[in-house]
Amino acid sequence: MAQMNLLHAINSALDHAMEKDERVMCFGEDVGHFGGVFRATSGLQEKYGKARCFNTPLVEQGILGFANGLAAQGSVPICEIQFADYIFPAFDQIVNETAKFRYRSGNEFNVGSLVIRTPYGGGIAGGLYHSQSPEAYFTGTPGIKVVVPRNPYQAKGLLTACINDKDPVIFFEPKRLYRASVGEVPEESYEIELGKAEVVTEGKDVTLLGWGAQMEIIEQAAQMAGEQGISCEVIDLRTLAPWDVDTVAKSVTKTGRLIISHEAPITGGFAGEISATISDVCFLHLESPIARVCGLDTPYPLMQEKEYVADKLKIFEAIKASVNF
Amino acid sequence: MNRPDSKVVNAIHQASFIRGDALEIPTLQVLDAQGDVIDGAQMPDIDEALAHKIYDTLAFIRVFDERMVASQRQGRISFYMTCKGEEAAITGSAAALSDDDMIMAQYREQAALRFRGFSTPNFMNQLFSNAKDLGKGRQMPIHYGSNELNYMTISSPLATQIPQAAGYAYGQKMAGKDALTICYFGEGAASEGDFHAGLNMAAVLKCPTVFFCRNNGYAISTGTDEQYAGDGIAPRGVGYGIETIRVDGNDLLAVLLATQTARAYALEHNKPVLIEAMSYRLGAHSTSDDPSGYRSKEEEELWAQIDGVLRFKTWMINQGWWDEDKDAALYEKYRTEVLSELKISEKIGAPALEELVTDVYHDVPKHLQDQLTELKSHIAKYPDAYPSAKGESH
Ligand SMILES: Cc1ncc(C[n+]2csc(CCOP(=O)(O)OP(=O)(O)O)c2C)c(N)n1
Repeated sequence: MAQMNLLHAINSALDHAMEKDERVMCFGEDVGHFGGVFRATSGLQEKYGKARCFNTPLVEQGILGFANGLAAQGSVPICEIQFADYIFPAFDQIVNETAKFRYRSGNEFNVGSLVIRTPYGGGIAGGLYHSQSPEAYFTGTPGIKVVVPRNPYQAKGLLTACINDKDPVIFFEPKRLYRASVGEVPEESYEIELGKAEVVTEGKDVTLLGWGAQMEIIEQAAQMAGEQGISCEVIDLRTLAPWDVDTVAKSVTKTGRLIISHEAPITGGFAGEISATISDVCFLHLESPIARVCGLDTPYPLMQEKEYVADKLKIFEAIKASVNF
Repeated sequence: MNRPDSKVVNAIHQASFIRGDALEIPTLQVLDAQGDVIDGAQMPDIDEALAHKIYDTLAFIRVFDERMVASQRQGRISFYMTCKGEEAAITGSAAALSDDDMIMAQYREQAALRFRGFSTPNFMNQLFSNAKDLGKGRQMPIHYGSNELNYMTISSPLATQIPQAAGYAYGQKMAGKDALTICYFGEGAASEGDFHAGLNMAAVLKCPTVFFCRNNGYAISTGTDEQYAGDGIAPRGVGYGIETIRVDGNDLLAVLLATQTARAYALEHNKPVLIEAMSYRLGAHSTSDDPSGYRSKEEEELWAQIDGVLRFKTWMINQGWWDEDKDAALYEKYRTEVLSELKISEKIGAPALEELVTDVYHDVPKHLQDQLTELKSHIAKYPDAYPSAKGESH
């Protein structure tokens, strides 16, 4: 085991993958010698050469189109979109091409080896174009998997699983935690199974569900509730598409209550999808309405960020409202 | 129109390529590296008053950039991007425009905004995201905009302004205005799909748009050798059927001449023009960047020697319009002004909480009103936890 921050853990996963398989390539804007604006690909070009770790011209549409072609050919492209806010120029290539390659060709062709890495989320004083959480645009598209790690250990294990997976995956990295989140990470390669949620803390009164950077905030709220004698079960969804309905349903069946929290705006956010499914599956076990604590339905602001976000106090209030319903 | 029965023009009967780098676009220069007018060079339309206004902008921006980087280092503002190295390209092109021309910038063109008359407090209030920021404190520092000054508010996603500039210019033409749109972008942004879409739209739809590419050598850490093959951005204009000119971006008079000529052409013919200004980003990409990781000090020093501000100053002195004493006094005036305005702006409070939900739509819809009401009652419960309840500015 070694102490790593989230960026080191990602770098380590990429390093193992490139070492093990020559077909693995890392590319994107500034990822070559510079190592990416956040330095996730540091040292990889020096180790594996310019042909396998390289800068691309500044065009996300091109990066994804190129990656689709590479993956269809049999390479293992791991491309970086510098900020999730800038994934939209590549939207067509992702939702119309990456996601549908296998289906539309009857599996004559597929881009299953493709991984898109991209930093997402707020809390870095980035304003509306450096803070978005666009996961729900992609969970609404069949054919791509969506994965979000919450700490360095998960980042390495989940990213490795994404690279080895037979389907294209978007791996959203919580950039607020890149350097802030530090923990024990095995030096060797390992995988965390995709499609499986993790029960972080067991509890009996209410289930709290989230992913990525929001988990830290959910855990703080759970602790506040604990001090008031409310026992929270905390679950990290980890994979959003396809998501682990069973683990969440089992928990809600036990607690009778569910609160989902994410950074993205509430309307059209992935919490809505979860709550529809869980109210269907767990209808007879619910003791209170499923609650969503999310961003407001506005672009992510620069000022008033503290007011805007789904912070621990808002979640704490939702917990109290749920148990007192 | 291509038709199968049309006569083949310039038929050849041996397979031979036109080389990818066949177009070697020449570079317009008026001043030499020392700031002396090159013999036989065409001069732009410039008189003493315009020269002074230009130099005033150059001096202000130098001081402002330097001062605001220092403020970022002191933690007073969160982020900054300088225009250092490209002042001549930006100011020289802005000086060729009429005030009615729309400016659509990328983010490094504060000198154009200053030339238009954006006040020091206006700049500062945006950087501090305070209640007086015209953009209501919603965007990161350097995302300026002013309707009054015909300067479109900056958007972070790169190149999105390029097709918009074509559309805006088409609208100006349809409205019968004697004005056009100038659109600034970097050689990095010229890789984006929006660049190609925008140029093609403007060419085909005959839009009076001046596309102004700042080729400053880098897109963050990516040098031009990893950004494009071939001879820069200019040949792309030719490829799209657009009149194109390349200019020494560190030669203010050449940029002024090129842009004046482009403006006249675009308005007379209702057509776009592409200008590629060859320059260098002397500073870091932004205050979050450290260029020592990807380029050498020597390279930076080489470019600093042909600095556009210095060359223009020399020319002004040669004209008898300027001297070193006046120069020192001007810089001192701006240092004092910037510092005192900074102290005022940083004390102005944050925008009101209500502005969290305005301008998402024309009217605040019911669901956002409800979200605000709910938020307010939540904040009332925890007044210590939220800056807005405490009346804090940040
Ligand atoms: C669509 C999009 N992709 C990526 C970014 C991140 N980014 C901001 S500035 C920049 C480099 C731009 O380089 P260039 O256009 O050459 O302008 P310069 O910074 O050199 O003035 C990048 C990649 C962005 N803002 N928008």
